[in-house]
Amino acid sequence: MSAPYRDLGGDPVRGSRVTASGWGWRHAGRRAWAVRDLDLDIEPGEKVLLLGPSGAGKSTLVHALAGVLGDSDDGDDNGRLLVDGLPPAAVRGRVGLVLQDPDSQVTLARVGDDVAFGCENLGVERDEIWRRVGQALDAVGLDLPLDHSTSRLSGGQKQRLALAGVLAMRPGLVLLDEPTANLDPVGVAEVRDAVARMLEHTKATLIVIEHRVGVWLPLVDRVIVLDPGGGLLADGHPEQVLAEEGARLAAQGVWVPGFPPAHPERRRAVSSVGPNDASSTDVLLCADDLSVARIPGTVVASGVRLTVNSGQALAVTGPNGSGKSTLALTLAGLLPTAGGDLRATDRLAQGAGSKPFRWKSRQLLTRIGTVFQDPEHQFLTATVRKELELGPRTLALSGAKIQALVDELLQRLRLDHLALANPFTLSGGEKRRLSVATALATNPQVLVLDEPTFGQDAQTWQELVALLAGLLDGGTALVAVTHDREFVEALADHTHELTSPLPVGPVR
Amino acid sequence: MTRTTATPTGPALRTSKGTRPIHRVNPVTKLAAAFIISLTLIASVDWVSAGVVLVLEAALFGWAGIRLSVFLKRSWPILLAAPLAGLTTLLYGEPSGQSYWQFLFVHITDGSIYLGVATGLRILAIGLAGMVMFLTIDPTDLADGLAQVVRLPARFVLGALAAMRLAGLLVDDWRSLGLARRARGVGDSQGFMGKLRLWLNQAFSLLVLALRRGSKLATAMEARGFGADTQRSWARESVFVGRDWFLVMIAVLVAATAVGISVWSGHWNFIFG
Repeated sequence: MSAPYRDLGGDPVRGSRVTASGWGWRHAGRRAWAVRDLDLDIEPGEKVLLLGPSGAGKSTLVHALAGVLGDSDDGDDNGRLLVDGLPPAAVRGRVGLVLQDPDSQVTLARVGDDVAFGCENLGVERDEIWRRVGQALDAVGLDLPLDHSTSRLSGGQKQRLALAGVLAMRPGLVLLDEPTANLDPVGVAEVRDAVARMLEHTKATLIVIEHRVGVWLPLVDRVIVLDPGGGLLADGHPEQVLAEEGARLAAQGVWVPGFPPAHPERRRAVSSVGPNDASSTDVLLCADDLSVARIPGTVVASGVRLTVNSGQALAVTGPNGSGKSTLALTLAGLLPTAGGDLRATDRLAQGAGSKPFRWKSRQLLTRIGTVFQDPEHQFLTATVRKELELGPRTLALSGAKIQALVDELLQRLRLDHLALANPFTLSGGEKRRLSVATALATNPQVLVLDEPTFGQDAQTWQELVALLAGLLDGGTALVAVTHDREFVEALADHTHELTSPLPVGPVR
Repeated sequence: MTRTTATPTGPALRTSKGTRPIHRVNPVTKLAAAFIISLTLIASVDWVSAGVVLVLEAALFGWAGIRLSVFLKRSWPILLAAPLAGLTTLLYGEPSGQSYWQFLFVHITDGSIYLGVATGLRILAIGLAGMVMFLTIDPTDLADGLAQVVRLPARFVLGALAAMRLAGLLVDDWRSLGLARRARGVGDSQGFMGKLRLWLNQAFSLLVLALRRGSKLATAMEARGFGADTQRSWARESVFVGRDWFLVMIAVLVAATAVGISVWSGHWNFIFG
């Protein structure tokens, strides 16, 4: 960082005041209020961590403050919500918002242009825009040329870019809506540090939504907990709120320091088979000097030697770009091998041949199930129930059998009240549970999961880990790509670490 | 690959950089130049005008500094399509003059040979002009030009530009959708109809994803003040200056030369006449 942000730009940024009196919002077509009876007063310059169980209306409040909730066509409101004494829609530009999904926030193809975008919309003069762009990139620690391609940034870099774009607008209120939920630990730290640096140079008011409390605790001076039933559950100094409400928040799925989620007990003793002992009868898949590539010809990892064993969990770890997901998808029989050998033993193949990629799609169902990182990629039907019926139907099970199976799964994964809901309308945790359930419906011998705990609240995490532990006890083999150290500790019998990403571009 | 890793640049986003004069010309000018030449060629079907344009284009491409390897890599569809179109015209074109060979609907005559050559050259000349112009156009610069020089509505131009960026992401989505279908047991298909049904289903899923991504992006853009009533400013100035007039003049000159030589040699036949 060359010089403090405030010394370079014209007037220092003044923090905005946020007031809500009896405010509420109901999305069009919904019966329940997303937020109701909210009374709140946030002083200029306060740094607030906004908590609450999922469904408490945190995102709705933040979107309303950013002025992007829409008008009376999009929902009904009640009471008053003001930023600096004005309705949010009247002060757009005073308020900046960073959202959860890194990919959906980049607007332009070049780094400098993307940061400049907000300033342009506010009608800032050209020379001033570029001055601000430089300062903002500096403040978030993005040391890249202005014409660097935005599609070649990592997730953490994209989120810092979005933050820079917001900063360049010189907002009085900065809103962060789960800015690190889609990031790996390195990306989380990058973004958190960028926000910390930003706070040294702006007097803006800050509101962060995030269910990983520990990440943001050092940066905030107030914690507000929304009550799903309306109003506030708690409001005050972070230490005081967490001391009083910590246990309750943890039970509702918030990651509170000092309240780690329970790890399941593994009942079945893990056999002594090492990950490379190809002779054991527990072995289902065996990789030798395996190379993997998502795009034919572009090898992202090579020399992989491992076995996937019945009743054991294999964690695949390593930095971004090291080919973890590609390896998992190859083991799952979805991508052809790019070199070396991947062999299914007779126990897994059951007469389908030793090359998983050669199997028919239908043959995969009972052999290897895959849970994708983005559940939305794997949803195929209009309701949760149909989604679960799809696999068993493809296997031509009888109607009665299918119904019993699906009912059991719905109950086990707490999705029974959502049986007729559209999969795309579910919450993040519900989508994850459904995507796991669809794989379980055909009872595969191997289950491959790509970042199963990404962005999940503590409650979903705990349920998921308990479920997977149960599967392991039942003899299923697990392969999980993960950055989550806690997940590895709770479940992994073996860890395969991929190292040294092959050069794919200037990712720092 | 996890979502947080860098994704490869989509084709829609490939930026073109360079220091040649062609890179400093406003993209709008390049569009105009390609337009002038194309319109002229569409007005007549004769081999002379198309031939003249091709020769002059070759000289211009040299000036633009386009390397032969890059040229061949990008223009092969046109290099392939043009002779094919010519051949089709040769075989099925309106017969006139001496007949050489006839079989069912195929009838090769003096007239169809002439039309075939003229058509092939024409497609080549128009296609290559457009292609080379676009090879040196950066989408962002084009958007700036369209908004500031042509004065198209900023909302429309920037919306289209942002949508183009999404197209790159959709390539990755398409790939993942295909893998997910195989994993869910519905990836087997038999026969042409089966494959078609599978493809249509997957295309529908992609559409759903695209709409979701699009609405998220729209929210992000709106949160940055896009679409507000404030008069927008432009971080990158797009101007139409001397060098732009120069390129337009060159295009007019190329067109005029082609028409002139064609008329003078008696080959020009105005198709709208």
